[in-house]
Amino acid sequence: MAFHFELVAPERLVFAGDVEAVVVPGTEGEFTVLKDHAPLMSMLRPGVLEIDQSAAQKTKLFVRGGFAEVSGIGLTVLAEQAIALEDLNATELDADLKDAEEDIADAPTDEARRIATEKRDHLRELRAALQI
Amino acid sequence: MPSLKDLRNRIASVKATQKITKAMQMVAASKLRRAQAAAEAARPYAERMERVIANVAGGLGAGAPAPALLRGTGGDGTHLLVVCTAERGLCGAFNSSIARLARDKATALMAEGKTVKFLCVGKKGYDLLKRQFGSQILELIELRGVRQLGFEHADSIGRKIAELFDKSEFSVCTLFFSRFRSVITQIPTAQQIVPVHVAKGGGSSAVYDFEPETDELLLALLPRNISVQVFRALLENAASEQGARMSAMDNATRNAGEMIRKQTLKYNRTRQAMITKELIEIISGAEAL
Repeated sequence: MAFHFELVAPERLVFAGDVEAVVVPGTEGEFTVLKDHAPLMSMLRPGVLEIDQSAAQKTKLFVRGGFAEVSGIGLTVLAEQAIALEDLNATELDADLKDAEEDIADAPTDEARRIATEKRDHLRELRAALQI
Repeated sequence: MPSLKDLRNRIASVKATQKITKAMQMVAASKLRRAQAAAEAARPYAERMERVIANVAGGLGAGAPAPALLRGTGGDGTHLLVVCTAERGLCGAFNSSIARLARDKATALMAEGKTVKFLCVGKKGYDLLKRQFGSQILELIELRGVRQLGFEHADSIGRKIAELFDKSEFSVCTLFFSRFRSVITQIPTAQQIVPVHVAKGGGSSAVYDFEPETDELLLALLPRNISVQVFRALLENAASEQGARMSAMDNATRNAGEMIRKQTLKYNRTRQAMITKELIEIISGAEAL
């Protein structure tokens, strides 16, 4: 039984189509949405969202910051960031993480340090998602 | 009567200008395509966001307490006008029409005895408004160094607005930008973002389960909505700016062509007149002998 699912990032519509099931990382725990789910609004925590288009075709994406809404017309996930897991690379991420650490160490102003720290935390979340 | 040399110089300088305007037009055209695609790609997110908020607000019920960002503080004594313009000029009436809309709104509000504050995004709007409202401008946010406009830029502006609201610096916030209709039409628009303007009857009546609680969720949702609306405004603005610049530069190129044609005609006439004059002088000189 398929239902309509949309994953939207601020820059673009990442995914739209009919799916069998979606696993959403909510703040209060992961939940799976199937057809005819009761109306629900949930915030997202940084984590992996899994789309089951069919038993054979599954897509995993890292999502950060956003909301999931289940209504009569289906599931809509608004994510601030959505990256396909296969586009991520552990060694590259580690290099980026190291860069970010260095940025924090030699940030000239508090504002720059805040931005650099935020960036490092995002990278750590990504790294953690990759290990699952 | 300008001399031949003057005319030649003038034609050369107009030709140089025409080359510049032509180049600017082509640059604007290629940037426009990218900006337009970005603006269109960002529309779904903003639309879904509006729908989600309408749904949540609809599900909240009339009597239920709602966060101030959604319902407003009750008063409307202080208005914050966020004026989004371009960083550069030479794009026709683009910047001035946005600034004019903001100025008209500000004068109308001040005539009603309300306090008006400004937040300028983009240097051109600031330049146009600072003479009249210099002391009321809270801050100028420049996006000059930004090559590709990302959500994080809009997010930092959105957070700033939410912060000002938390400090009770204003009670109503309006966003000014130019909506991109087509290359030749951009519509200066004022959009109220605080309190959120919820479309009537748009929300479904379904009762939602909220995770976490409604209040907490709305508290996270509403500031993000501000960022999203700012993001959309900035993208629409970027596309409008390039569109406006393209048509302005197209006009300029055409005008320069027209000017070159006229000046060349004048140059040739003057040259011929001089030759004729010289001939007459020679002939009448020969006759006199």
